[in-house]
Amino acid sequence: MTAAVTRSRATELTSDPLLAVSSSALTKRFRGGQVAVDHIDLEVAVGSVYGFLGPNGSGKTTTIRMLLGLIRPTSGTHSLLGEPMPERAGEVLPHIGSLVEGPAFHPYLSGRDNLSRLDAADRHADASTAKARIGAALDRVGLTAAAGKRYRIYSLGMRQRLGLCAALLQPRRLLILDEPTNGLDPQGTREVRSLITELAASGVTVMLSTHLLAEVEQICSHVGVMHRGRLVAQSSLAELRAGSATRVHVETADPDLAQRCLTRLGLPDPVPDESGVTAELGSADPAAVVSALVHDGVRVQAFGVRAADLEDLFVGLTGEGFDVSA
Amino acid sequence: MSVLERPRPISTRLLRSELALIFGRRRNIAGFGVLAAVPVIIAVAIAITGPTGAEDGLLFSQVTSNGLVVGLIALGLELPLFLPLAVAAISGDTVAGEANLGTLRYLLVVPVHRTRMLAVKYLAIVIFSAAAVLFVAAVGVLLGLLLFGAGPVTLLSGSQIGTAEGLGRLLLICGYLTVCLASLGAIGLFISTLTEQPIGATIAVVGLAVVSQILDAIPAVSVIHPYLPTHYWLAFGDLLRDPMSTDLIATGLLSAAVYAAIFWTAAWARFAGKDVTC
Repeated sequence: MTAAVTRSRATELTSDPLLAVSSSALTKRFRGGQVAVDHIDLEVAVGSVYGFLGPNGSGKTTTIRMLLGLIRPTSGTHSLLGEPMPERAGEVLPHIGSLVEGPAFHPYLSGRDNLSRLDAADRHADASTAKARIGAALDRVGLTAAAGKRYRIYSLGMRQRLGLCAALLQPRRLLILDEPTNGLDPQGTREVRSLITELAASGVTVMLSTHLLAEVEQICSHVGVMHRGRLVAQSSLAELRAGSATRVHVETADPDLAQRCLTRLGLPDPVPDESGVTAELGSADPAAVVSALVHDGVRVQAFGVRAADLEDLFVGLTGEGFDVSA
Repeated sequence: MSVLERPRPISTRLLRSELALIFGRRRNIAGFGVLAAVPVIIAVAIAITGPTGAEDGLLFSQVTSNGLVVGLIALGLELPLFLPLAVAAISGDTVAGEANLGTLRYLLVVPVHRTRMLAVKYLAIVIFSAAAVLFVAAVGVLLGLLLFGAGPVTLLSGSQIGTAEGLGRLLLICGYLTVCLASLGAIGLFISTLTEQPIGATIAVVGLAVVSQILDAIPAVSVIHPYLPTHYWLAFGDLLRDPMSTDLIATGLLSAAVYAAIFWTAAWARFAGKDVTC
């Protein structure tokens, strides 16, 4: 088949958008009156790996369900790959692979039969290539050996892999993955993260929700932070870091003296902690700060300058701790 | 950039997948075993005890002269409960079962348009209804012919027809009962969109079919009898007269079509805009 014929048979979307996902004041209020998602304006750039970060219950999954047309927004609009949703769902969703709130399959069918069923449901899927595509997708997630076994006996990690596998049955332009490494062991987590990085490198835009800060730091180029239904921050990871304060830490037995000295030097937010005092560095020169401390007679045991890590950023944005160990 | 195939305008892939799910599931295969039990019991019992007298009814009394009748009797005996139960199990499970497993959300994001999904699922229910009816009849006929051989069939109006025509009448009856059960299936489809508990939906459909038959037997409420979903089911006997009486059959077909249309539309109205949160 020639390239021209291939093109003429293809379904192409009308536009070549800059944003793979965008929303405007997207809101979901459930029947009880609880606002699960509150006027969020998402902007997921094409080609990015967007970490949709937030603690459990912050509205990430509800947002993803709205994005994919599973639930209706109370108000607001959104589009995927430049196409308005849900009006163009039939055209745009075939280009999107997704994992929504964990994998779900028929327990009495094998992994392979479950994939066949989803492929059969896809009007864009060619039955004659189904076997090869399913085989390739199984291979990609490392599930070939277990493909003939019933889903019922799959471990949580195998189920998660099968879910990812289903998202990869067709060539995709966008992957929307809700907690893709949930339930995987460390080895599986590494494999899935490297798979996502590999897909992103091939030009697929990835939006993944997670409550794991480390996941965002490792694989994401952009981050949106959800907190109680609101999108409290959204930018590239680099910008988010640049906008946050570097702090100094003085370990000393004279915290009061040190705090007065740091205040005199004009360092913002000096606060005592268990081993001394910390403050934002601001525009001060760390060497000058040490010199001034010594000059003021502070017995400095240790002095450190630390760039804010994502956890500090998150606490700064939400005023709350984060479930980092989960 | 990824390139997808142009969508197929019409394809039976999803329907075939639905049917494979229904007919491949162990629970349903066991259900077919139960459906088969009735004609087996009838045939074996009569084979052991020998022919019965006319006081047992026209059909039972002629079993030993024509095995075909076993299929007919089995259908009549399974119509009040076993066949509705089978259709209720399938139709109640159709949407609620997928919702319960969570597979519903993955079908919808494939994407499968919600209207298309209800259409395909209902078509699968209709095919299952036909399969269940034909299965009961076939088991009865095969076993009957094996044990008692073929012969003339005496109709309800007294005249006799040959085996071939008897088989034709039996197929007509199967078609009529399929339509009747398919209308119950539409009710099941609707109830299945209301819940995420497939067993609950199934019980509701069976309950409805039984209550309808009980009401149909109470003369005091005869004013509502023509509107009951099961009211015309037993009219299949009219297809065993000579000539065939079609008035009740026609009304029965109309009643079934109206029930199917109303409840399929209700299922659509309920499901098309429903938030899928499971």
